[in-house]
Amino acid sequence: MSPKPAISYQHVTKSFGSLRAVDDVSLDIAEGEFLAIVGGSGSGKTTLLRLANRLIEADGGTILVEGEDVQNVDPVALRRRIGYVFQSGGLFPHLSVADNIGITPKLLGEPAAAIAGRVDELLELVQLDRASHRDRLPEALSGGQRQRVGVARALAAKPRIVLMDEPFGALDPLTRDALGDDYRALHRSLGLTTVMITHDMTEAILLADRIAVMRGGKVLAQGTPAELSSSDDAYVLELLRTPRRQVDRLNALLPQSGAA
Amino acid sequence: MSLFTDPRWGEALSHLADYLGNHVRVSLAALALGLAVSLPLAILTRNRPAPRGILLALASIVQTVPGLALLALFYPLLLLAASVTLAWFGVSFSAFGFLPAMLALALYSMLPVLRNGITGLNGIDPALIEAAKGVGMTARQSLVMVELPLALPVMMAGIRTATVWVIGTATLSTPIGQTSLGNYIFAGLQTQNWVFVLFGCLASALLALAVDQLLGLIESGLRLRSRLRSGLGAVGIAALVAATLVPTMGRSSQGYVVGAKTFAEQYVLSALMRDRLQAAGLSATARSGLGSSVIFEALKAGDVDLYVDYSGTLWANQLHRTDIKPRAELVAELKTALARENITLLGELGFENAYALVMPKKRAEALGIRTIADLSAHASTLSIAGDYEFFSRPEWAALQKAYGLQFRAQRQMQPDFMYAAVASGEVDVIAGYTSDGLIAKYDLTALDDPKHAIPPYDAILLLAPKRAGDERLQAALKPLLGRIDITTMREANLRASGNDANSSPDAVAKWLWGKVGKQ
Repeated sequence: MSPKPAISYQHVTKSFGSLRAVDDVSLDIAEGEFLAIVGGSGSGKTTLLRLANRLIEADGGTILVEGEDVQNVDPVALRRRIGYVFQSGGLFPHLSVADNIGITPKLLGEPAAAIAGRVDELLELVQLDRASHRDRLPEALSGGQRQRVGVARALAAKPRIVLMDEPFGALDPLTRDALGDDYRALHRSLGLTTVMITHDMTEAILLADRIAVMRGGKVLAQGTPAELSSSDDAYVLELLRTPRRQVDRLNALLPQSGAA
Repeated sequence: MSLFTDPRWGEALSHLADYLGNHVRVSLAALALGLAVSLPLAILTRNRPAPRGILLALASIVQTVPGLALLALFYPLLLLAASVTLAWFGVSFSAFGFLPAMLALALYSMLPVLRNGITGLNGIDPALIEAAKGVGMTARQSLVMVELPLALPVMMAGIRTATVWVIGTATLSTPIGQTSLGNYIFAGLQTQNWVFVLFGCLASALLALAVDQLLGLIESGLRLRSRLRSGLGAVGIAALVAATLVPTMGRSSQGYVVGAKTFAEQYVLSALMRDRLQAAGLSATARSGLGSSVIFEALKAGDVDLYVDYSGTLWANQLHRTDIKPRAELVAELKTALARENITLLGELGFENAYALVMPKKRAEALGIRTIADLSAHASTLSIAGDYEFFSRPEWAALQKAYGLQFRAQRQMQPDFMYAAVASGEVDVIAGYTSDGLIAKYDLTALDDPKHAIPPYDAILLLAPKRAGDERLQAALKPLLGRIDITTMREANLRASGNDANSSPDAVAKWLWGKVGKQ
């Protein structure tokens, strides 16, 4: 692990009323790392993610982004330099694809010509045909296309860190698979640090370098898939067994030499 | 004569540019003010449930006040405000016409704008507001770039509702001195000129309909994100506004304003005076359909230059006197009192338009009723109808006191319908007017008032303070003083109550001048 993590949570807590959504969590994400946070609903994973760009303010503890305490950074400036991919896109329905993608550069005051060039570049990067998508409204796109635009928007201001909130959750399996692979490739080629939330252990194992498992606001375990499998926590082991059980059943059901 | 060849259509049409232009002007100003106040309030309170609730409740309460009452309310309020600014800052403003109408209509427009504004802003998917924050928008950027554009179709629907309401309600601004399409309706109703009533209703309905359709086009354009639709709608609205405003813009000042209250005799007399001024080479317009107390205050403030009032009315309402004096003495004392307010009582026209208790001649004979004293014995089995102000006037209190009158029931009615109502037996007695031609037409009789409980009501010509030394004006009006006797006025009023081309106030005024001018 590099000496200065991209994001560092230190004894962070956050409560909503009497509910402890994040309970004394300490977690480092190294520069260039792809971390998946896995947990059921209500485990605190989305809250943890949003604390990093101050969409939610922490009650206690310290959060460092690229070495700086987020409390000392203007939250708006912080959000503009961190990419964020929302569950099911979060695209603005009244703006075209190009305007959606170019929104953060526009907020940063970049000239229109530069933004237009950047939008074209990003459409190519997320493999959307420029001519046929640029001026469309989000409602005219498929779910997968929308999520590609969501990824392009998150990357528009050239962030070094990207936060993703169940980005592929609502997609059909084929699209989901392709998009995951494509993003993983972007992560590597652009040298990004990525934190992705998912409730799907299989997705986490396939895409991420490391996995943190959350339950009841606490991080139960963290590490590579191999490290996790030596955990002594019953819930973590149960989560890990699921993909393997699925594979076994699939192997039993599908002919070994078939197209799948 | 068929409905369509009636020359009154032409007469109505000749007023259209003036009435429509003023109607659009006051509606537009009211909407602009209403929006300027409501939209920021909707934005400020969108995330604050408590003030939002209070605001919506207040706007709803305003909405429950009838339009006419709301408009009427603003007149005394502004009079008070004007006297306060005069006392404190030495400047005053006109509480008459445009200002009270605009303020009341603006208030009226607030509820739909507020409600739809708040609904539109609160109805946005919270995930999108979160996304706006997430991509790095400040609260203000989120409002301007995301929340307002998304709420716009719903807000526009509210603006559309408000616009239609304001255009409709603006017809009620006539009695407080704002010219509008309501002038047709009020004048038509008072003089039984159904062509005018129909014309006024059609004109305001068509205006509201056209604006509604155009705003609907803009609204659907915003919803469907079609620039073409919104653009067409906006161009249409702009064209409509320009077409209604341009013909009356740059028109020179209107010269002398001749006021008229809300009944036929007043319409005829104001037309007569306007004609006399114009014949003397003075430019003059009639401002008709003004409320009884509005018109006196307007004269005092100089918004109206001249009008005809009745001595007994001013005696009771302005001097607050309850004693009763003979005709000449009362007018003389009134003249001195008005002079203290710099109002000129130029003289009497010659006839009296007093309240009188009126019933069918045959019925009165059958019951042996000749005087109000006779009537009091039968009153407990009879019903009485009066105009909208009669039962709250001091004369009614005086009558009740002097004769101990107790009727079985009392009703308020549109003055022109009272006579038909008493003739048909719908009511037994009415508080009519002595100069009304319908008394003869329906074979009614006015009961004597032996105890002189009702004060005299000489028609008197009043001039505004600023016209006190205006000799050309006074010379033009002199030929009318003392010339119009009760028989002539009754006949004029009877003509004006007809429902044909010769019954318009302008036509009757010409007939009346033909009678009195030759003497």
